[in-house]
Amino acid sequence: MKHLLSAGDLSRSEAVTILDTTAAMAATQEREIKKLPTLRGRTVVNLFFEDSTRTRISFETAAKRLSADVINFSARGSSVSKGESLKDTALTLQAMGADAVVIRHSASGAPHVLARSGWMTGAVLNAGDGTHQHPTQALLDAYTLRRHLVGLRGGVDPVGHGLDGQHVVIVGDILHSRVARSNVELLHTLGARVTLVAPPTLVPVGVEPWTCEVSYDFDQVLDTEPDAVMMLRVQRERMGGGGFFPSALEYSRSYGLDARRFARLPDHAIVMHPGPMNRGLEISADAADSPRSVIVEQVGNGVAVRMAALYLLLAGAGDASPPGHAENPAPIEGAA
Amino acid sequence: MSVPTDGLADGGRTTEIFDPGDMARALVRIGHEILERNHGAADVVLLGIPTRGVPLARRLARTIARVEADVDADAVVGDLDVTMHRDDLARQPVRTIGATSLPPGGIDGKVVVLVDDVLYSGRTIRAALDALNDLGRPRAVQLAVLVDRGHRELPIRADYVGKNLPTSSAERVRVLLDEIDGRDAVLLNGDVR
Repeated sequence: MKHLLSAGDLSRSEAVTILDTTAAMAATQEREIKKLPTLRGRTVVNLFFEDSTRTRISFETAAKRLSADVINFSARGSSVSKGESLKDTALTLQAMGADAVVIRHSASGAPHVLARSGWMTGAVLNAGDGTHQHPTQALLDAYTLRRHLVGLRGGVDPVGHGLDGQHVVIVGDILHSRVARSNVELLHTLGARVTLVAPPTLVPVGVEPWTCEVSYDFDQVLDTEPDAVMMLRVQRERMGGGGFFPSALEYSRSYGLDARRFARLPDHAIVMHPGPMNRGLEISADAADSPRSVIVEQVGNGVAVRMAALYLLLAGAGDASPPGHAENPAPIEGAA
Repeated sequence: MSVPTDGLADGGRTTEIFDPGDMARALVRIGHEILERNHGAADVVLLGIPTRGVPLARRLARTIARVEADVDADAVVGDLDVTMHRDDLARQPVRTIGATSLPPGGIDGKVVVLVDDVLYSGRTIRAALDALNDLGRPRAVQLAVLVDRGHRELPIRADYVGKNLPTSSAERVRVLLDEIDGRDAVLLNGDVR
């Protein structure tokens, strides 16, 4: 693994390795001294072309806990707002010796371009690109699911396990959700069954080949007693002129996790949300604040997942700066 | 004794240094030495370094518990993973991180005995000392190894040694343990000196 671009790129064994490493990282975060010397001397650049406080802070915390140096580069107030291209930004970061670049971009595929163009040799971690992918979010969701449904409920050490036989329902704005796309691919890889629930207007065209079921009726899906319900934020900032649903109230009545629907969930089921939440729209306070809600835990697990990803991409030999990519002016190697 | 060839590198000749009886006797002796040096088992904590230090630490704890009536073997033993403190991470493929678990009493003010299978360069033990530093402040740290094969690269020595085994760096020392490998043995593999 050289980059982390898409949850769909991960094989089952790679995904399980990341989740197992996450468990080891999470264990270190319960100590009094949380900092580890593992990535000392490595440089991680947070390259955020889109605003995101949560994800950036999560990556920044993860890199700092592993003793890497962190440089935050946000598009606003930087050379990007003066018209610099992605290529020139990448060449700049390469010249500064970035070992890894965490990129968030509003254009789907931007991390892929950065990783495959040969502009830079460091590892690329996708922190969300357009409506395409957000692999670390899917990994932290899978880790949270595994901890609760396999570990705490099944009573076994979840290390080494996937999510076989678990049924996860993802509800809401699938159309604009990179979280949903990433989760469908990763959870399927790990053996879980995924059902997407959304109004027809918020289901993407071409959803048929996805490895999941699609339903327009939340109540009907609740009858199947899912093991977990993941509520997605209604991304109104991406809805432009509107017209996706008649009113917030109607959306909430049909697709919100209100007290009535929350009460119908099986006792063991957990409630998830990638945040930030619109309370009262897609999720009610009853569900969000209940003991079965793991929404706050997801944030903590996010740091551990990102530590695991940085460790696996940066700690080993040759991952950080493989000598001589053909397209690049390779640094002159000292005569041995 | 049958000499297995499975999983051993580059042919060469394999010599069995310890059979199961030798290993058991060495561990019993080390257990007694730990008690002797520390005047009993009070405050002694055994931390195994994964992979094979972990079962060795458990065996030593059982030995100690057999001698000292008031010692509960499970309460004095733990695991200490040193992967994230190693100095050679960037020179090798990514390593799997093992588990760290401390005994219920923690390690502050205790006498921590680190347990590993083979002492070679000393770099693993250096990493273990760093890892320990992040977990607490033991009163003293001691080191028990089943085999000391020499070739130290750091000023580190063992307090308790199962066997001093002079080797050439071309040779390989393999410790097999029943809990992991299905049998107990110490094998020396490589060119004849």
